[in-house]
Amino acid sequence: MTTVSSAGHSRRDFLYIATGAVGAVGAAAALVPLIAQMNPDASTIAAGAPVEIDLAPIADGQIVKVFWRSKPIFIFHRTKHDIELAQNVNVASLPDPAPDSERVKAGHEQWLVVIGICTHLGCIPLPHEGNYDGWFCPCHGSQYDSAGRIRQGPAPKNLYLPPYTFISDTKIRIGEESTKSA
Amino acid sequence: MSGHSTYSPQNKFLQWFEKRLPIGGLIHSSFIAYPTPRNLNYWWAFGGILSFMLGVQIITGVILAMHYIPNVDLAFRSVETIMRDVNYGWLLRYLHANGASMFFLAVYIHMFRGMYYGSYKEPREVLWILGVILYLLMMATGFMGYVLVWGQMSFWAATVITNLFSAIPGVGDTIVTWLWGGYAVGNPTLNRFYSLHYLLPFVIAGVVVLHVWALHVSGQNNPSGIEPKSDRDTVPFTPYATIKDGFLMVCFCILFAWFVFYIPNYLGDAANYIPANPAVTPAEIVPEWYYLPFYAILRSIPNKLLGVCALFGSIGILAFLPWLDTSKVRSAHYRPLYRQFFWLFVIAGVGLGWLGTKPPEGIYVILARVFTFYYFAFFLIVLPLLGIFEKTKPLPNSISESVLGAKA
Repeated sequence: MTTVSSAGHSRRDFLYIATGAVGAVGAAAALVPLIAQMNPDASTIAAGAPVEIDLAPIADGQIVKVFWRSKPIFIFHRTKHDIELAQNVNVASLPDPAPDSERVKAGHEQWLVVIGICTHLGCIPLPHEGNYDGWFCPCHGSQYDSAGRIRQGPAPKNLYLPPYTFISDTKIRIGEESTKSA
Repeated sequence: MSGHSTYSPQNKFLQWFEKRLPIGGLIHSSFIAYPTPRNLNYWWAFGGILSFMLGVQIITGVILAMHYIPNVDLAFRSVETIMRDVNYGWLLRYLHANGASMFFLAVYIHMFRGMYYGSYKEPREVLWILGVILYLLMMATGFMGYVLVWGQMSFWAATVITNLFSAIPGVGDTIVTWLWGGYAVGNPTLNRFYSLHYLLPFVIAGVVVLHVWALHVSGQNNPSGIEPKSDRDTVPFTPYATIKDGFLMVCFCILFAWFVFYIPNYLGDAANYIPANPAVTPAEIVPEWYYLPFYAILRSIPNKLLGVCALFGSIGILAFLPWLDTSKVRSAHYRPLYRQFFWLFVIAGVGLGWLGTKPPEGIYVILARVFTFYYFAFFLIVLPLLGIFEKTKPLPNSISESVLGAKA
């Protein structure tokens, strides 16, 4: 290597910077597949297509568990009492405020559909347990009410709502949120 | 790394080889002639024990990998096949499973030793930080190995631990999906954990080399906490340290063997003999004993993000210990106040471990909060202030004086 420096910007300076820039872009591009391969693969995404659930066999007051995208989904056929309890709550006092009307589809108040994963650290809460007519998480003691809202314990959020649509009065499609109401 | 003697082999071939690759001289000066303080006690033997345990885990682990199948439908069964059908499979698996516990037992003693005698202080900061990195790598490796069994505790531990990252605002859920390779813990998760569980022990071995290198640059600390000043303060590594390390290693192996042969499942959770079921969470989720103090810290804070921050912070804060402790005196032997706060810290750490097994209710929550507060206060309040206010005892003039008295 020569130590002689030329005054001002030389052709060599340009070549250094240009080579370095191409190298940096190449290294960054090489990271993309290395990182992206860990995301869900095509078969996993395909298996996550919407599922249709028949609600007719679910009795009054019953909570059933179905699976969509490997996640448990609770479908709660709420009794009049459950609905009243959920509606007569001071919304502002809740840790994650949401009125009951935001938790269900209009006209289908008896059906609560939530992802059955505790928003704390991912355990599956137990149905019909706890003090709020909903769920109790055995891992760290979070309690949810009959609208799936967090009422007590370390969980920060209400049980999440999956995208779903009523395709008839007794049938829903989970995995698809349609703007037109059935 | 200068020793009491220099390596000069008599054998012609060794002389020829040494001129081309001086590895014999490196080993000789590092592990034979290497000067160690003459007053090292048995608490200094755990570094050797840890190296031994790493070797045990790698050898048994590589063998288990010959029989294990990382697939959600076959993993649990392949572990049972190892236990029942593979020749000596039960022994190799029990050695590996209990070996993890022994590894952590040794590392906790090693860390408390470093804290008691101030081994993290100047000029050993990098040595200490490399140790914290090793501890983090051990925790990650141990966790992923536990998941491979694919029992109920494996599955739900994987779910709970990966969900810790969902607490990160904004990108949390994206990161968790990326970690899982799916919409929940599943086959892709198991496969990548297997790959990483095989990789990380070799990363640990690499960092151990750096750890030992840094140790041999600064030299070992010792119970008096003062540096060797003359040849009278040190003895050669072999035979003195070698024999002492070897003796305690044999005693440690007896304890290890007692667990493996008499109570191999004592430290495990019975629920992990139930195959993983993504539809049902076990009634009680408890991590392995060596994570319990951190689990208790997580649970003691009634806010998800803050709880996760406290969990990671409680480990990360260790890396700053060399600067949080402002006292110039290393050894607790000459720090009467520090000694009391240190033992309180040990009680808080063990207490948090005990509370991690208890349900998060009533008095247990209050105690866990008190201990968690003390855990952080020890680092952030006690250590910085003690350096200013503590009146330390006079230090001896040399290591040999601390051993033999002023007449030496």
